[in-house]
Amino acid sequence: MSSPQSDRLDDRIDAAWIWDRIARAVIFVGGISAIIFVVAIFAFVAKEGLTFIFQKLDLGFFFTSMEWRPAQEPEPEFGGLALIAGTASVTGLAMLIAVPFSLGVAIYIGEFATGKVRETLKILVELLAAIPSVVWGFIGLTILNPLIIDLFNVPVGLTVLNAGIILGLMAAPIMTTIAEDALKAVPDSYREAAEAMGATRWQVIRQVVLPSASKGLVAAILLGVGRGFGETMAVLMASGHAINIPTSPFDSARALTATIAAELGDTARGSDHYKALFSLGILLFLVTFVINLLADVLVRKGASDRS
Amino acid sequence: MAESTQPHTVAVTPEAQAIVVDPSTAAIRVRQFNLWYGDFQALFNVDIDVTHGKVTSLIGPSGCGKSTLLRSINRINERLGYVRTTGNIELLGQNILTPGVELTPLRRAVGMVFQRPNPLPLSIRDNVLFAYRLSKGGKTTRAEEDQVLQKALEEVLLWDQVKDRLTRAATALSLEEQQKLCIARLLPVKPSVLLMDEPCSALDPKATLAVEELIWKLRGEYSILIVTHNMAQARRASDECIFMLMGEVVEHSATGEMFVTPKQQKTADYIEGRFG
Repeated sequence: MSSPQSDRLDDRIDAAWIWDRIARAVIFVGGISAIIFVVAIFAFVAKEGLTFIFQKLDLGFFFTSMEWRPAQEPEPEFGGLALIAGTASVTGLAMLIAVPFSLGVAIYIGEFATGKVRETLKILVELLAAIPSVVWGFIGLTILNPLIIDLFNVPVGLTVLNAGIILGLMAAPIMTTIAEDALKAVPDSYREAAEAMGATRWQVIRQVVLPSASKGLVAAILLGVGRGFGETMAVLMASGHAINIPTSPFDSARALTATIAAELGDTARGSDHYKALFSLGILLFLVTFVINLLADVLVRKGASDRS
Repeated sequence: MAESTQPHTVAVTPEAQAIVVDPSTAAIRVRQFNLWYGDFQALFNVDIDVTHGKVTSLIGPSGCGKSTLLRSINRINERLGYVRTTGNIELLGQNILTPGVELTPLRRAVGMVFQRPNPLPLSIRDNVLFAYRLSKGGKTTRAEEDQVLQKALEEVLLWDQVKDRLTRAATALSLEEQQKLCIARLLPVKPSVLLMDEPCSALDPKATLAVEELIWKLRGEYSILIVTHNMAQARRASDECIFMLMGEVVEHSATGEMFVTPKQQKTADYIEGRFG
């Protein structure tokens, strides 16, 4: 028996159905492509570098020697210690500058500033985060360089100090934004409870807000470290780019990233030098991956602790 | 819940019925108090006297200003930043709205319990000792702390339940235990007044009863002002009632009197459920 409405529940291909399918497909491709790109990049870098690392690179020499002579004939030397030290010292100094700076700004914006001041500051911080790194490098080259030479009476101004300051200023805005988010996520009822018990503003911040935001704050610092580690152009321009294990902030240094950027153009594709640069890339990739993963885990853990 | 079965049904004492406020017995005196949130006036010429050592309920429909009045007494309202007031609030004979008054000692003298239990994200021990440590400037010995901790938790009838887990997070306690803890943490700094903003509204009936019993037990040593929208609670757990409407105090009577023979028609309408 078929009534006039017996097909009422049947699947029908109409315009809405077609658009639904199209939208689903586009969104799926968009979502999956991010993962595909990351995997593809890693696969590409690994393909170029991994066989070299396992077959030719003397890892013991790489991590202990500062002799980076990739173009030397007949026997090139691939000692990465100076580059690692360069990246570590510049990033370390940058964090010494950026951590107090960004936490201070975040606490001011999150806990003290109100109304227009607060909104203006937030916009300014986000604006700072959008300055291209080559502009920061230019500032290091043309403003900080002569300033350091004059101020400290040293022969060269393109040093760990210069690159550290530039990198610190570059990393601070993003760290500020994330740290401020972490402070904002602390329920206001905590502040109200503590204030109602006679705690001063600073006691509230020190004893209640900062401890309960600690995971988010550490994540902010870690993302800053990741940013510093991966930054290339500004460091290349401001650090002096000299192979050297820096013993003072007034020594020049050379970063892993800057080495890749400066040398890759001069290498023959597939040569040992070319592959050695990809090995540096793998090292960078692994370090930033671990740092970002750690930051992500901490942010999530901070969020779940509160709920 | 039949009222007669309550262990702490208010016995209306003769002096409570009279409400002749002797200035020396008023824990809080509010005089001609007006309050604005920005341009909006929330309180109009409020005059109240909270009797020392009694439980006084503030009742009235939502938005009548009872919480605003409560939050003015420890000046926690000022956190909002756009609050303006005129008039006096006297605590132990001192006007707390004068510029010379420091908020820290004021808030130790006037403890506050909030609508939702809000223990700090610290251990039970650190919660109870939070205000105490602040008041001692961080110079407390372990032995002192242990003593203060046990005394406060015993006062709120929580010691036996939590004595074996004092280092655990306070936020893991049940809501009833959390609210009792929020009362316990006020006691070590010896407040004279406890302000409670609907302290049972987040609790189930059994927990409500337990917290009400606790409030009743604390009366005498502390003067308690409690905001509630629960008429039955006001009736069974307070000595005096203040009825507010549209930012004004309509009536202040002994609880037994207000619920039996209200003086004002508006009060009668409200407690009989004709509005609100």
